[in-house]
Amino acid sequence: MSYLPKPKLHHPKLPTNAIGLTRRDYEGAISTLCAGCGHDSISAAIIQACFNLSIPPHRVAKLSGIGCSSKTPTYFLGAAHGFNSVHGRMPSVLTGAYLANRDLIYLGVSGDGDSASIGFGQFAHSIRRGVNMTYIVENNGVYGLTKGQFSATSDLGSVAKKGAVNTDQPIDLAAIAVQLGATFVARSFSGDKEQLVPLIEAALLHEGAAFLDVISPCVAFNNHPGSTKSYDYVREHNEALNRLDVMVPRETITASYRPGEVTEVTQHDGSVLRLRKLRTEHDPTNRASAMHHILERRAAGEIVTGLIYVEPEPTALHAHLGTVPQPLNALGDAELCPGVDALEKINAALR
Amino acid sequence: MKPTDISSPDYFHKVIDCQWACPAHTPVPEYIRLIAAGRYADAYMVNWHSNVFPGVLGRTCDRPCEPACRRGRVEEEPVAICRLKRVAADNKGEVSGRMPPIPQQKNGKRIACVGAGPASLTVARDLAPLGYEVHVFDEQAKAGGFIRQQIPRFRLPEEVIDEECGYILDRGGVVSHQNRRVDSLKALLAEGYDAVFVGSGAPRGRELDVPGRREAAANIHLGIDWLASVSFGHVKSIGKRVIVLGGGNTAMDCCRSARRLGGEDVKVVVRSGFEEMKASPWEKEDAMNEGIPILNYLVPKEVLHDNGRLRGMVFEKVAAQYDAKGRRSLVPTGEPDVTIECDDVLVAIGQENAFPWIERDAGIEFDRWGLPKLDADTLQSTLPNVFFGGDAAFGPKNIIWAVAHGHQAAVSIDLFCRGEDVRNRPPPDVTLASQKMGIHEWAYDNAISLDLRYKVPHLPAEKALRDITAEVELGYDREVAYLETQRCLNCDVQTVFTAKLCIECDACVDICPTDCITFTENGEEDDLRTRLKAPAVNLYQDLYVQDGLKTGRVMVKDEDVCLHCGMCAERCPTGAWDMQKFLLETAKPKAHACHSR
Repeated sequence: MSYLPKPKLHHPKLPTNAIGLTRRDYEGAISTLCAGCGHDSISAAIIQACFNLSIPPHRVAKLSGIGCSSKTPTYFLGAAHGFNSVHGRMPSVLTGAYLANRDLIYLGVSGDGDSASIGFGQFAHSIRRGVNMTYIVENNGVYGLTKGQFSATSDLGSVAKKGAVNTDQPIDLAAIAVQLGATFVARSFSGDKEQLVPLIEAALLHEGAAFLDVISPCVAFNNHPGSTKSYDYVREHNEALNRLDVMVPRETITASYRPGEVTEVTQHDGSVLRLRKLRTEHDPTNRASAMHHILERRAAGEIVTGLIYVEPEPTALHAHLGTVPQPLNALGDAELCPGVDALEKINAALR
Repeated sequence: MKPTDISSPDYFHKVIDCQWACPAHTPVPEYIRLIAAGRYADAYMVNWHSNVFPGVLGRTCDRPCEPACRRGRVEEEPVAICRLKRVAADNKGEVSGRMPPIPQQKNGKRIACVGAGPASLTVARDLAPLGYEVHVFDEQAKAGGFIRQQIPRFRLPEEVIDEECGYILDRGGVVSHQNRRVDSLKALLAEGYDAVFVGSGAPRGRELDVPGRREAAANIHLGIDWLASVSFGHVKSIGKRVIVLGGGNTAMDCCRSARRLGGEDVKVVVRSGFEEMKASPWEKEDAMNEGIPILNYLVPKEVLHDNGRLRGMVFEKVAAQYDAKGRRSLVPTGEPDVTIECDDVLVAIGQENAFPWIERDAGIEFDRWGLPKLDADTLQSTLPNVFFGGDAAFGPKNIIWAVAHGHQAAVSIDLFCRGEDVRNRPPPDVTLASQKMGIHEWAYDNAISLDLRYKVPHLPAEKALRDITAEVELGYDREVAYLETQRCLNCDVQTVFTAKLCIECDACVDICPTDCITFTENGEEDDLRTRLKAPAVNLYQDLYVQDGLKTGRVMVKDEDVCLHCGMCAERCPTGAWDMQKFLLETAKPKAHACHSR
């Protein structure tokens, strides 16, 4: 941890994006996490992705629960809206905010403790409801804030820093997200920004429930031999399904590939996800086969990363509920409070 | 790329842009930190060991360090290195006790130095503590050479010259022969010196060759001679209307002196464009602030006079044209000539070397420009016991180059007198020491100040112009000096990377405020420079490459705009990055008598 703020001076040739901001403008306060924490790399990837997409920071709402991961929204997008909720309750607060104002970009940041243990139900329901959000779990397989107990995502047989062996089955959040009906599911690794940044970009552009499981080594308590979430272990067992390029609608597509090498998925907003396939047997637009593939590869001892599943035409919660297109704060008093007669009408309809 | 060899002293030395650019390689960040700590005498001594004349140079140096300063690449202006040096000199108090003692027991070797300028005095300073008996010959009444004769008092008070020459001449071991002009090298050699050092400067002002020059000679003066006459009090006034010819620092000193001696309408006229003038930008600025216009692209054509009485000068208007190779030529524009009326003309269009006192059969060979043939490293001439330095060696340069030559020649003379090969140069003295004191505590102040460069206060112009001895620059006070020191980026505190400790977590890449660090596949330098987190376009700055990482990638750090803030090392979980202070002191003569540690 550093006491000094990151110096404001920057590279003299630091580029600006379409809205005139530099990458440094997307930073937050300096991290107070342990030096070398994977979460800081994920923060850097979120910064890069938002810069690349030229997202105005004040149009983003970043929400989190409790834990090391949930501290991180302080360390990126200092100009965005933020809500640090109760442990495991980020998904319901996010859902409420999304219902009130559908115009913001919702970024939920959580950890394996926050989402796979205390907030497991909240996680499940926000996904199955189809909340339009990017839900990132910074997954280190360990309770870092309380000195390294196994979490619910620790692999069976993995060894804690002091030698204890985990005897419980792990929760695979990505597999569960596919099963729960998430319309965008990916897994990545904090130590591979080339893979992670485009996945975050694609998730932010996705107009539905996008879930990202990012393995993020805990340098203090889970980066030793015997851990299955250490830098070394993840690098050795990482099997990338595909490499992703995200093209926003205004960009012209110039690269050319041989047929079969590339799958292009055009999302609802017009952005194109170009997948350079590394595994031909994996089809990222077929939920059942994606599910089958990750379970099969896990049994083979691989950590499958990349874009696992995407539904190009997702529907989201507002569409299911038939709510008004405007955010509530854009409505006038008359619309928000239509009066006694309107209430009578509703009550009568329910009698 | 091959992994960088950081054990070569040049690698980290080059990262310290200011020290690398300084001809005498003064450890700049080291003394700036000492000033920040209020240790002015220590800061002065670090300077004194390297550049011998901190008080003089803190006011007059050409400051090659400042254009090189890294701060100038990440912000608007470099650190005011030169003026901080003066702060050390102004506040140091008593320092003579810290200087190396001059032994009573001499080593039996006698050295003659011709000229008592900065080069000769540096040789004397370096050799006297080793037991050499150094004889310094100079035709003027007082020592200092260029420093005393040609730098006006309003830039450099005489007490400063007296003090710093005194540290060399008055502590024993050095015999001053002032008012003694050396007229014959052969005669000097016949006096049996073990070695002779020629530091006689470039004493001849270049002449103006236009019609009317000779007829109007009474009011046309060669700049350097005129400045010397002003310095020694022989000249006390000048006409009301003065033209100064030339665009170098001597011309700036001439015009500003003329302004103080009765010149009311003083103009500088240069052949080239304003931008190409040799004078330092701050000297041009100071002259213009005193109401002196600088007229450019005017080539002297004729001196106008009435029977020898100077009336004015005629200039031809020219423009710069560049050929395919980028060489400039000044071409007449065809516009009407410009006539400027004047009472006096000061000619400061260059200086030349002259060695009328060296017999052509004395054994010293000269090149076709009239300069002695020298070994560039040893400064030894074709006569093995004669060495050259300062302006006498390679033509007119400046004080700090003269000092650097003096050190080089002193090393040579010492080797020569001990019968060793002068080409066998001793290596510099180098230390590399970790600055780590705790998880996020360093032995240097790693916070980065965002302050812009502080201005040095000046005496009000109306006061300054009344008295030619009134120093114009007042120097920083201690408080402002402290704030200015904080702008220094501590480029001598190096980022040292140990690949075998690295777990490739990217923490350093993410935290680096100037995007210096990249982990990537290795490649050739040209290719690698384009693939970094920020393209490394400044080819003068090296890439620091280390291999041996688990993923087979390499760590590449572009040194160009590193703030040396230590954030990479603070955020590194394994100590693969460390901040280590690199202190380099150039080799001094044997036994390191003038060594700072």
